[in-house]
Amino acid sequence: MGVTTPAPFTGLTSRTVVLPVANIDTDQIIPARFLTTTTRADLGSRLFADWRYDERGEPRPDFVLNRPHAEGCRILVAGRNFGCGSSREHAPWALLDYGFRAIVSTEIADIFRNNALKNGLLPVTVDAATNAWLIAHPGAQLSLDVATATLTLPTGVKVSFPLEPFARHCLLHGVEELGYLLARLKEIETYERRERHA
Amino acid sequence: MARAPQTLFDKVWARHEVSPETAAAPAVLYIDLHLVHEVTSPQAFTVLRERGLRVRRPDRTLATMDHSVPTVTAQVFGGVPIALDSAARQVRELENNCAEFAVELLGLTHAERGIVHVIGPELGLTQPGSTIVCGDSHTSTHGALGALAFGIGTTEVGHVLATQCLLQRRPRTLAVDVDGRLAAGVTAKDLILSIIARLGVAGGTGHVIEYRGATVRALDMEERMTVCNMSIEAGARAGMIAPDETTYAYLAGRARAPRGAAWERSLAAWQKLPTDPGARFDREVSLDAGAVEPMITYGTNPGMVMPIGGHIPQRSDDPAFDRALDYMGLMPGEPLKDRPVQVVFLGSCTNARLSDLRSAAGVLRGRHIAPGLTMLVVPGSQQVKRQAEAEGLDRVFLDAGAEWRESGCSMCLGMNGDVVPRGHYSVSTSNRNFEGRQGSGARTLLASPLTAAASAVRGRVTDPRELL
Repeated sequence: MGVTTPAPFTGLTSRTVVLPVANIDTDQIIPARFLTTTTRADLGSRLFADWRYDERGEPRPDFVLNRPHAEGCRILVAGRNFGCGSSREHAPWALLDYGFRAIVSTEIADIFRNNALKNGLLPVTVDAATNAWLIAHPGAQLSLDVATATLTLPTGVKVSFPLEPFARHCLLHGVEELGYLLARLKEIETYERRERHA
Repeated sequence: MARAPQTLFDKVWARHEVSPETAAAPAVLYIDLHLVHEVTSPQAFTVLRERGLRVRRPDRTLATMDHSVPTVTAQVFGGVPIALDSAARQVRELENNCAEFAVELLGLTHAERGIVHVIGPELGLTQPGSTIVCGDSHTSTHGALGALAFGIGTTEVGHVLATQCLLQRRPRTLAVDVDGRLAAGVTAKDLILSIIARLGVAGGTGHVIEYRGATVRALDMEERMTVCNMSIEAGARAGMIAPDETTYAYLAGRARAPRGAAWERSLAAWQKLPTDPGARFDREVSLDAGAVEPMITYGTNPGMVMPIGGHIPQRSDDPAFDRALDYMGLMPGEPLKDRPVQVVFLGSCTNARLSDLRSAAGVLRGRHIAPGLTMLVVPGSQQVKRQAEAEGLDRVFLDAGAEWRESGCSMCLGMNGDVVPRGHYSVSTSNRNFEGRQGSGARTLLASPLTAAASAVRGRVTDPRELL
């Protein structure tokens, strides 16, 4: 059967796409009307749907993902507090399906961050000055290194970002959390007996 | 050695650690109750199927359908097909998954079906001191009863289905202390909107909130749910209120609450849960309830909120602010009061319980909604619907010209056929005013059930105190 372990993710180098909007919520990343799907497939075409397409479904030429330079960019730089709102994992699925592997902001909402890490989408939070520089330099070539949790600017300046150690381990080694939890079923059973949950 | 004073959160967390966190790994946290719905579960069941796993504790798992279900009676009960094909498929898929994995389902026509965060407490499943998760960010609602309850993504839904556990880093704690008396016409919704205004939409990120103080103690159970429900709108995954006599009185006798000797045992444990004197929070914020007024949002996140009689603030050099007002078709400095509205939505996991319907009906009784306005009243559960009908509230709403629907998330998120038309203003008792939340181009003004009802009568944004 189709059990796949995630591929190790050590980092990437890519140009950025800049979406200089604060508080980008999960309803913007993927509107709720697309959540009646029962699979993870093809969500990239719905990414930022209401910003990307007009009422007739035509691409809005002024939206950043519809400009030629967005092609092939794998890092999205956003305004402060990215991913607030709902718990829909469709949000990171849509970003990944589109081709993004990392999101950079000054703050990233808790549930979105969790969902992103479980799918190999790297949440990168940086200080306001770095984010402002990135917003002012769309298309900048950045390197992200998972092992050291550092972002390298085109100037050579290195900026570190927080990355929870276990999440970093899972990304680097392609470890899937479910397998880790399943390996601990004995402990879980012991807990259940102790707490009379069983 | 005396144990250090603990917060409510500390106690619930400690009790559910299968193994504590270390520098290298998060805690393995045991989950007492897993609520499942049709939108965020299909891909998790697919993972189980692919890996040959079963649902480890079906007895701790309950499924219902709320997000994509229709609210039109004929589509629920009348044999008329669900209008949205994709929603119909999703409903069928949950039915199939629950049958295959032996999970109890309160399905489309079940008498106890409803919005997942309404039925948990209503059935007595939500209990103090327990851990509760659901693939929905408004799971924070259940914290009103002293549970640690938070939203998770679909991958984690799979983890809980397969192991009844989650890997979690311990969050920080934030005490929100509220003192003073809420004035007439000012509700729990106005209180939580004021708290969000104070904290900001990311102010609670990384934290679990405990709402404390005399004002919170004086709230009834449904008001507490409204407050905890919107914790996530301040960025906090969970909000909690210590259990007390109000909590126990609410739970006693509910269908799935403990009974007899089990009740006595549970009660003794629950009474030990409240935060110990001297326990420390990572952060503390306090608020005077006496200063809270009926609140209404003017922008595209719940932190963009003001007293209903106020003027939209002026802000220079904030493109996000300008963008939000542009979407809303509003100008800095202008009032919202008396602005015409086309839609009023009374519903959602925030404000669709019996007390919400009663308070709105109190305004609408003997009155009619404004000509041309659409008002949707969507009870939070089928039980709430029947209770409201037994009191004649349905007649009040229908006589006033509103629509009376079957329960569901409905117009809160526009994925079930109930949408606000593009460009229309909607006074909504729901929890999110994001761009397009209630439909593409919809302009949402979040407010209390009282404000919603008053605005429906006038067809304009109305301070409910003018109609009380």
